[in-house]
Amino acid sequence: MKNLITWAGVAMLFTIPLVAQPSNTPSPQNPPDSSAMEQRIKDLEERIIALEGQVRMLKATPAAAPAQPAAVSGPTAAQAQVAVPPPAPTPAEAPPVAPGALPVYGGASASAKALNPDISVIGDFIGKAGGNSVQPTPSLEMHESEVGFQAIIDPYARGDFFISFGESGVNLEEGYITFTALPAGIVAKVGKMRSAFGKVNMMHNHVLPWVDRPLVTNNLVGGEDGIDDAGVSISRIIPAPKGLFLEATGQVFRGDSGTDDSPVFHASRDSDVSAVAHLRSYADINESTNIDIGLSYARGHNELGTDFLTQLYGIDATLRWKPLRRSIYHSFVGRGEFIWSQRQQVPTEQRAFGFYTSADYQLGRRWFLGGRYDLSDRSRFANLTDKGGSLVLTYWPSEFSQIRGQYRHTSYADNISANELFMQVIFSLGAHGAHPF
Amino acid sequence: MRIRFGFVVLLALGAIFSTAPAQAKKLNVVTSTTDMAALTQEVGGDRVTVESIAKGYQDPHFVEAKPSFLLKLRQADLLVTVGLQLEIGWLPPLITQSGNPRIQVGANGYLDASQFAEILDIPTGPVTRAMGDVHPLGNPHYWLDPENGRRVAKGIAGKLGELDPADAGYFQEKFQDFDKRLTTAEQKWDADMKPYHGRKVVTYHNSLPNFAKHFGLNVIGYVEPRPGIPPTPSHTIELIGLMKRENCKIVMVEPYFDLKTPNSIAAQTGAQVVKYLPSVGGEKDVTDYFKLFDYDIALLTKAFQATQ
Repeated sequence: MKNLITWAGVAMLFTIPLVAQPSNTPSPQNPPDSSAMEQRIKDLEERIIALEGQVRMLKATPAAAPAQPAAVSGPTAAQAQVAVPPPAPTPAEAPPVAPGALPVYGGASASAKALNPDISVIGDFIGKAGGNSVQPTPSLEMHESEVGFQAIIDPYARGDFFISFGESGVNLEEGYITFTALPAGIVAKVGKMRSAFGKVNMMHNHVLPWVDRPLVTNNLVGGEDGIDDAGVSISRIIPAPKGLFLEATGQVFRGDSGTDDSPVFHASRDSDVSAVAHLRSYADINESTNIDIGLSYARGHNELGTDFLTQLYGIDATLRWKPLRRSIYHSFVGRGEFIWSQRQQVPTEQRAFGFYTSADYQLGRRWFLGGRYDLSDRSRFANLTDKGGSLVLTYWPSEFSQIRGQYRHTSYADNISANELFMQVIFSLGAHGAHPF
Repeated sequence: MRIRFGFVVLLALGAIFSTAPAQAKKLNVVTSTTDMAALTQEVGGDRVTVESIAKGYQDPHFVEAKPSFLLKLRQADLLVTVGLQLEIGWLPPLITQSGNPRIQVGANGYLDASQFAEILDIPTGPVTRAMGDVHPLGNPHYWLDPENGRRVAKGIAGKLGELDPADAGYFQEKFQDFDKRLTTAEQKWDADMKPYHGRKVVTYHNSLPNFAKHFGLNVIGYVEPRPGIPPTPSHTIELIGLMKRENCKIVMVEPYFDLKTPNSIAAQTGAQVVKYLPSVGGEKDVTDYFKLFDYDIALLTKAFQATQ
């Protein structure tokens, strides 16, 4: 159908001048009115531009109808001319035709591809020098290949999938539907997702300003994946005094998060669900500077069984500075997250605390310099405290790749210290993702 | 009976929903950039409130998705975007998080203004990122041609009338008035620029194809080696050579780019750096769509006079 519309459009463009010509031929006694002619051409130009715009829009909007086999043959000129009279093309069910807009690589029809989700692949390569007997990492590793599929599902929802491939094994990092058209300003997500506990827990590896994750994440909040579970999330902006942004999020998950080394929640029975609540407040101090403060709470059962609860409390604070007139050259982000863990276990409950503070300054368009201080007790042995510090330098060849070096010193509780040098390359293919904020 | 009851309920619901927009006295419009805001203001007059997310002196590719923008978006009846992936890095998450069904992509309150404009630089062959941060749908800086300003204003007026049918006539009148004033202004701009038809210029980013087409400028090169890629020494040397060969004396730079490279290019070629404004609000006194062209054309004509 859209095929037909395009053809109709093309046919219209050609037929208009044809139809118009006879009346334009200058008769001897009537010299051509050049201004009228000019006006005609101008009108025609306007119609072409309007038509081009409509074609672009048609190509961009996903049709709801099932794809049909490509039109056997293009409509004949006669057919197209029949279709001319109604100037506004009727929106209809048909595979969009995308000549020129979408390159066809594999011979599949362009119309089939137009409905595909935005696909992106992000590679995360990490090299390391220096030893660490407590948290060993390989010397060279293709740490993660994250494949993202994102699309608007229908006028009421969008879908996002992030599948993370390690060197061996695959993990659904996130896969959820977001309902965007609910009443009362509610935004709901259903699927597997990174929970809203603090800042770092929400971030994918490639948007972190560091190669690794802070000690407090590893010790108290489940390591690299953090609280990442299947469930339901509901959030809403809460009315607040002018200039203040408040958003509340409530989430319920199955109750399985973390790794064997760094367990957080574990559901021994179906009813052992975990819950996360987050309150975010944000205010612009001026157009360049803003402050973002969050309170988080998480509750779930741990691997010892249904009778053993783990509760986490968190505060996060972020100060950002980015002068709008020089936004691509200089910026600063200072951040801290403070987390308290309360874990029931035998013989006694463990109350652990940990935090990190970090600062990142953008030196120029492509260079970022940052540092981070870490301190964290261990959730199962709260009397053991690990400390560490990192210095990070990142170079962005373009918006789509970054090269990072990080020096990390860690003093583990058991009198073991480690000095490591990391090198990371992140590269992104495909659809242009949103910039993290 | 039950059917009739259901029918009544439906009617009542319909009445509630259909009267809701009529009760709202002013349409609340949020735009991604100041240029779209300026055009909306022209045709919306006092029947709309308009606010832009990006500032006029800010690079529209790199706006931050601040939560404070969500406060604006959640109240919006209409969101006007430039489109062509200009806002791809920041607008989609804001729309999703806004919790406002009216402005979701495809909803009635979402307007991609690029559909009304003449779009240039649409890639015809395969597109790869080796070309830099190319916009596969075409160059999104289309508002810098007054003809496109007229087309977009007309489109916005139509949309406003659709959302607020009671005022549709008013919006059309406002558009007719804008159209007239723009035609008058255009005659002056065209006359001012006429002596410099065909002049060669270099621009920092490829943001002027529509402006150049309308006013007959010849853009021969860019300070950026590829869109979105900062200047490199080798490309700068090439560009200097090109400018000398072609006798090009103007380097046009957006206010949000660093002037170091343009200045050194100018020093070596005897060219002038023109800090033009790509958007309304780039300077304090450039408050509407007309003043944007007044400002840029005054700057350009002065620079053309000085260099020849």
